Amino acid sequence: MAEGISYTVYELYKDLTQTEVYGQTLVELAKKDERIVALTADLARSTKIGVFFDAFPERAFNFGVAEQNMMAAAAGFAISGKLPYVSTFAVFASMRTAEFVRTDIAYPNLPVRIIATHAGVSFGQAGTTHHCTEDLGILRTMANMTIVVPADSIETAQFVKASVDWPGPLYCRIGRGLEPLAYMEEDYGFRIGKSVLMREGQDLTVIACGVAVLPACEVADELAGEGISLRVINMHTIKPIDREAIIAAAEETGGIITVEEHNIIGGLGSAVAEVLAEEGIATKFKRLGIPDVYSVIGYPEDLYHRYGIDYEGILKAVKEMLEMKGVR
Amino acid sequence: MAKVATREELIHFLQNKATDLRRKIIELSVIAGGGHLGGALSAIDILVVLYYHVLRIDPKNPRWEERDRFILSKGHGALALCPVLADRGFFPEELLSNFNRLDSPFGMHPDRNKVPGVEMSTGSLGHGLGVAIGVALSGRLDRANWRVYCLLGDGECHEGSVWEAAMAAAHYKLGNLCAIVDRNMFCIDGPTEKIMALEPFKRKWEAFGWNAIEVDGHDFAQLIEAFEGLPPVTSTVPTVVIAKTVKGKGVSFMEGVGAWHYGGLDSEKERRALEDIEKMRPKG
Ligand SMILES: Cc1ncc(C[n+]2csc(CCOP(=O)(O)OP(=O)(O)O)c2C)c(N)n1
Repeated sequence: MAEGISYTVYELYKDLTQTEVYGQTLVELAKKDERIVALTADLARSTKIGVFFDAFPERAFNFGVAEQNMMAAAAGFAISGKLPYVSTFAVFASMRTAEFVRTDIAYPNLPVRIIATHAGVSFGQAGTTHHCTEDLGILRTMANMTIVVPADSIETAQFVKASVDWPGPLYCRIGRGLEPLAYMEEDYGFRIGKSVLMREGQDLTVIACGVAVLPACEVADELAGEGISLRVINMHTIKPIDREAIIAAAEETGGIITVEEHNIIGGLGSAVAEVLAEEGIATKFKRLGIPDVYSVIGYPEDLYHRYGIDYEGILKAVKEMLEMKGVR
Repeated sequence: MAKVATREELIHFLQNKATDLRRKIIELSVIAGGGHLGGALSAIDILVVLYYHVLRIDPKNPRWEERDRFILSKGHGALALCPVLADRGFFPEELLSNFNRLDSPFGMHPDRNKVPGVEMSTGSLGHGLGVAIGVALSGRLDRANWRVYCLLGDGECHEGSVWEAAMAAAHYKLGNLCAIVDRNMFCIDGPTEKIMALEPFKRKWEAFGWNAIEVDGHDFAQLIEAFEGLPPVTSTVPTVVIAKTVKGKGVSFMEGVGAWHYGGLDSEKERRALEDIEKMRPKG
């Protein structure tokens, strides 16, 4: 990113998509780290890794429309001392190549970084073949895999920087278009595996990831005016999940709503539920996400609304649970 | 469908249709807020020859048992296929006005459960030819005399699964299968030969055991001849028609420009595109 410019961080990032930030940040890192190589499957332009192809043509490899071969080759780079960043749409990164990821990358525990773009329903108008609401569930069952869902462009930059020295395979899912920022600044202490407390609160907790984090914060701010204190946790790392934050939220606020751009089965909500069940904590609990259907065609914002993971949807779910708890 | 007496009249009719449909592709891309224009315009002449001359279909009975099957393996060609299906009467054209919008049956990729006339939901590349093989084998089990046609992109042929299917088609001697490749020489990131070379393309198909024919994919006479000359359904060799096309064909500022794989048109560009297309209309 531009250095020594007196913009605020917010201004610097607000007009950049997560994909653009990924490409630009990786170019900066690659100037100092010669191990970094970039791979794509005819989606250099769409995933915005194209800037890396321009900056380091000899370290960038386009495999054509052949994702499985690309994943296998990524493993080959990794066993040869390189640090491969692999970019394609989430639907292909997680499902077209699933067994290559599992057997060639996760099983031998190789430091391949899979940057899955156009995730969730962020490419909604492309229709169900291009929606990806299964990846967290699939990747979560691969041992050794670490899974990160950055909340916005600022967090995407933090993640890409943190990814370089992370041991083992990483799967990161980001969106397609320009989304408003959830953060104002970048020095909030991003660490893979450690959730971020976005809003302190005692009445109820929303645990969100990705594009759902900002509206959850806005709901908390709105309710604060009504004297309700809503805790909001950005669970950017789905695996390994931050158990302490979940346990504390359940014990201290007595109710948890999870929000994710994913099937309610298998992703963030399931991961949180597993922790609660194993800890033997009885708490009110609800998962917001795609309700185990194939999401319909539509623009992303319409789909976020349809599936209740936008401001209105989260507000409604929070109010219902508060009522059940007898708050207000 | 018009009644045509001679080959010349047929070609004239098809050229006229293709001009109408190119216009509709442009208009639909505006409704949709953008679309896969390059590959729609390269494929439309192939679709017109298939849907207005070759395929035995009944728009009033989309799942008629005896129909020829067509699978759009390059699913991002929906922008071209949907207006063709509407014009052939599978559904009212007005329905397309909701393209890409919430709950629309129509998006960038076709959905077999929502759009009458669509045989298979596609959009993820490299699936269609494999599906076509299952269909072709079923046709043979049923002793049917219809054919399966499957349109692929050339970039799509980077996918290993295409070649697994190619191997299976020859192995099972699927003479009732006809693949067509829209050989416009581009994938998304640039020319296929630069991104991941496909040549010698025809010889690859031949080496896989296919009857491979090359035609100019914008020359109606050549396309008609290729399809009319297909070996009988009961023959033992699958055929691939490699249609040499131009990505963005018909719109001067799109032709051969890779960036028009996917794009949107403002009103000035829309006007220029329609003006260019009108020049393709046959005289008389
Ligand atoms: C499995 C898969 N990988 C990637 C994509 C994204 N994608 C859509 S179109 C396209 C390029 C296809 O090129 P080609 O088949 O030549 O299409 P055409 O030029 O005819 O539009 C790509 C990579 C996809 N739809 N499916």
